[in-house]
Amino acid sequence: MFNIVEDTQKTREDTRKTWEKIADYFRANSIWMKWYCTGCGAMEMPPTMTSRFDMEQLGMGPMATPRQADVLLITGYLSAKTLRRVIYSYEQMQDPKYVIGFGSCTLNGGIYFDSYATMTRLDHYIPVDLYIAGCMPRPEAIMNAFDTLIAMIKKGEAKGWKHYQDNYEWYNANQIHSLKEVRVKDEFHE
Amino acid sequence: MNLMNLIYAFGLLLFAFVLQTSITGINRKVIARLQRRRGPRWFQQFIDIFKALSKSSTSHGWIFDFGVVMALGGIMATAMFIPIGPLQALPGLDNIFIIAYVLAVGMLGMAMSASGSGNPWASIGVSRALTNMLAYDIPFMVVIFGLIFAYDTSSLSGFAAIQQEGGILGWNIIRFPLGGLVAMISLQGMLGKKPFDSFIAPAEIASGPMVEYGGRHLGMLFLLHEFQTFVEVSLIVHIFFGGGATVLEYVVKYALIYTFMNIVSNILPRFKIDQAVTFFYKVPLALAMIQSLLIIVTGLGVA
Ligand code: SF4
Repeated sequence: MFNIVEDTQKTREDTRKTWEKIADYFRANSIWMKWYCTGCGAMEMPPTMTSRFDMEQLGMGPMATPRQADVLLITGYLSAKTLRRVIYSYEQMQDPKYVIGFGSCTLNGGIYFDSYATMTRLDHYIPVDLYIAGCMPRPEAIMNAFDTLIAMIKKGEAKGWKHYQDNYEWYNANQIHSLKEVRVKDEFHE
Repeated sequence: MNLMNLIYAFGLLLFAFVLQTSITGINRKVIARLQRRRGPRWFQQFIDIFKALSKSSTSHGWIFDFGVVMALGGIMATAMFIPIGPLQALPGLDNIFIIAYVLAVGMLGMAMSASGSGNPWASIGVSRALTNMLAYDIPFMVVIFGLIFAYDTSSLSGFAAIQQEGGILGWNIIRFPLGGLVAMISLQGMLGKKPFDSFIAPAEIASGPMVEYGGRHLGMLFLLHEFQTFVEVSLIVHIFFGGGATVLEYVVKYALIYTFMNIVSNILPRFKIDQAVTFFYKVPLALAMIQSLLIIVTGLGVA
C-alpha cells in the first residue's frame, strides 16, 4: 500500500524532472533580457547586440519590460534610489529568472566602494547568478558570460530565483536595512 | 459540417502555426543578414514561443485572462476559415465578411485584455492599435468592394479560382495595380510593421498593449500573433495573387509576400499615429476610390 503511494510520488517527481529538462532546453536557447542602465555599463550593450558581436545568434534579444524578460542585467553601480527600482523590477519578472551583475561596482563597489550613497554588494539584495568582472567588461567578456549562463541553465544550475524564494526573509531584511521600506505591490490594482 | 471538417480544421491550424512560425524564424535570419549579422537559428521562433509558455505568469484580474483567451480563440477560429491552396477545412465559409468579423473578435479580445491590465502604456497602445485599424481598414475595404462588384463573389476561393483561369496575367495585382498597391500598404498596417507600428513602439511606450504580459500570457500573445499574420497574409495571397492551385504554390507565394513586407518594414522609419491616419486617408484611400470607380464605371481590367 505504502509502496504504491511512494511509487506514484516517485514517477510524478520523475515526470516533473523530465519536463524541467525539456523546459530548460528552451529556456537556455531563448533568453530575453531587460537591462537596467544604472551605471556606465549600458554603453557596452549596443555593440553586443548589433552587427559586430550579434547576440541574437545565441537566441538572445532585448525586451521592453521586466515582465517579459528572463534575465536582468545590472549594468553598473547602484545608488539607494536605483536599488529600490532594481528590486521592484526583479519582483515583476516571471520565474524562472536570472540576474547578471556587470562590472566591479556590482561585485564589491568598484571605485565607489567608499561612497555614502552606493551599494557595494548586489547579491545581498537580489540573487545574482553570474558576475562579469571588469570596469567596464568588453563585449567579448559579455558574450562569454552569456555562453556561461546558457551552459548553467542547461545544467539546471542557474537557480538564483529559487534561492531568493527560499531565503526571502534574509534578502528582505537586507533590503529593509538599506532602504528602510520596500513595498512590492501591484500599483495599478489598488 | 461534420466531425471530419473539425479534424481538418485543427490540422489546418497546426499547419498554419508551423508555416508562419518557420517563416517568421527564417525572416529573422533574413533581417539579420540585411544588417550584416549572423542571426538566430531558423527555428528560434519556436523556441521562443515554447519558452514563454513554460514560464510562470501573473494575472491582473479576470478581464486580463479572459481577454487573452478570447483573442487567441477568435483568431484561431478565423484561421480555420482560410483555404490553403485548394484545401479547405470548412468549404463554403471562406467569405471575406465572415473573416473580417471573426477577426475583429480577436482584436477586441486583445484590446480588452490589455486595458484590463490597467497599465497606462497598454491603454495608449490599444488606442493606437484601434486607430490604426480604422485607418487601414477603410481603403482596404473600398478596394475589396470594387472587386466584389467586378466578380460577383466574396469568397476567397472564388477569387482565387477566377484569377487562376488567366495565369499570371489574371492576378488581380496585375489587373488592378492601384488596388493591389493599396492592399499591400494596408497589409503593412495590418501586420503592424513599420511605418505603421506606432502601437508597439518598444522604446517609446514599452511595447504598448503587451506591456504587462509575461510568461504564459506572453506565449499566448506570440501564438496569437502568428495566427493573425497567417490570416492577413493569406487574405492578400488569395485576393490579389491568385491563391494557389497546389499547396506548394500557395506556400511559396505566402513566404515571398511576407518576406517582402518584412524587408520593406526594416528599411523604413516609424510614422506617428496621426501621421499614419492622415497618410491612409490621403493616399491609399484616394487610390482605392479611383480603382473602384474605374471598375464600376469603365470595367477596366475586369475579365
Ligand atoms: S564597474 Fe566601472 S564602468 Fe562599471 S559602473 Fe562601476 S565604475 Fe562604471
